[in-house]
Amino acid sequence: MFEHYLNIFIKAVFVENIILVFFLGMCTFLAVSKRVETAIGLGMAVIMMMSVSVPINSVIYHYLLRDGALAWVGLPDLDLSFLGLVTYIGVIAAMVQILEMVLERYFPALQHALGIFLPLITVNCAILGASLFMVEREYSFNESTVFGIGSGVGWALAIIMMAAIREKLKYADVPDGLKGLGIAFITAGLMSLGFMSFSGIKL
Amino acid sequence: MSNTPTTNKCRGILINPVFDSNPITIQVLGICSALAVTTSLKSTLIMCMAVIAVLTLSNTTVSIIRHHIPASIRIIVQMTIIASLVIVVDQFIKAYAFEMSKTLSVFVGLIITNCIIMGRAEAFAMHNPPGLSLLDGLGHGIGYSVVLIIVATIRELLGTGRLLGYTLMPSVFEGGWYYPNSMMVLAPSAFFIIGLLIWALRTWKSHQVERD
Repeated sequence: MFEHYLNIFIKAVFVENIILVFFLGMCTFLAVSKRVETAIGLGMAVIMMMSVSVPINSVIYHYLLRDGALAWVGLPDLDLSFLGLVTYIGVIAAMVQILEMVLERYFPALQHALGIFLPLITVNCAILGASLFMVEREYSFNESTVFGIGSGVGWALAIIMMAAIREKLKYADVPDGLKGLGIAFITAGLMSLGFMSFSGIKL
Repeated sequence: MSNTPTTNKCRGILINPVFDSNPITIQVLGICSALAVTTSLKSTLIMCMAVIAVLTLSNTTVSIIRHHIPASIRIIVQMTIIASLVIVVDQFIKAYAFEMSKTLSVFVGLIITNCIIMGRAEAFAMHNPPGLSLLDGLGHGIGYSVVLIIVATIRELLGTGRLLGYTLMPSVFEGGWYYPNSMMVLAPSAFFIIGLLIWALRTWKSHQVERD
């Protein structure tokens, strides 16, 4: 059983990295990866959000939205899965707010460090993407918890590495047209190429 | 309707986003949900149509009710409008192109978090009348599609030697001469192609180069 969860985790972090293989969360990945410190802050925020929102969405999907999920209130024929998109994004937006309040109350230092990144990640495609993948792959509650944490760690890892490379890139002599965005894409491509070497891993 | 200032303005709103302020290469918006489907041209075309439809309709809708949206909850209102439109498009694709909806999997749903849609609603539709907002949505949708279609064409052609199912360069596996570049169907190639596209565009329009 443990191997099964470890497998999901490793797969989410390395083999199917949510940025480098599925291109999710690219906007923030390119915009907020100029300094390592900010990248670490954002990475932590994403890990936290994913490990909370994916399991919650999993519960909602299994007990409210899925075809026949409402059998426990006597409505076995109801299929609300078309409401999924609105529900997940609503849950994510609400979770961001709640997480912000909890952090402010109990961990003010952490909340200060994360700063403006918490509200920003509501519209991070990676968070919604993780929830949608969870539904599509039919993960159970435990599996989706592990998958959520794994995807978050994978995203954070990629953005921190990207920021480290871009800090060094400042000293490189890049052709004019490639400066900034262009070279960032090429770098991401090389990283993606590197991550592909994990694709042979079988657990 | 000759060259009055209004027609010029409309044309500018429609044409500018395609080359001069392209949402992907200049504003870095909205590539998230779409790059993953660029392995084949067909799925990219469907995806682009979906994005154009959602972007145009959401811009128009937000613009029509812009005077009735309280500023403090405008993000939630925009989000709900966009999410409802995406659900309609998603159900539409499932109803009329079920096979395609399997290929696109979660990526149609992810149009909700496509920053370009939210970005245009917030930056343009909230301050402009419905007609102009419609054109703005259409223009940005097209500018976005152009880049994706170029990427998809390169990836499918070099990756398989085929385009939209027609064999253009017969591969060695089918007795032809072309060795398919299998890296083109994998993720890294999309990053490289976009990077090179940006380089080409900025060499052509050199004012877009980022200065330190």
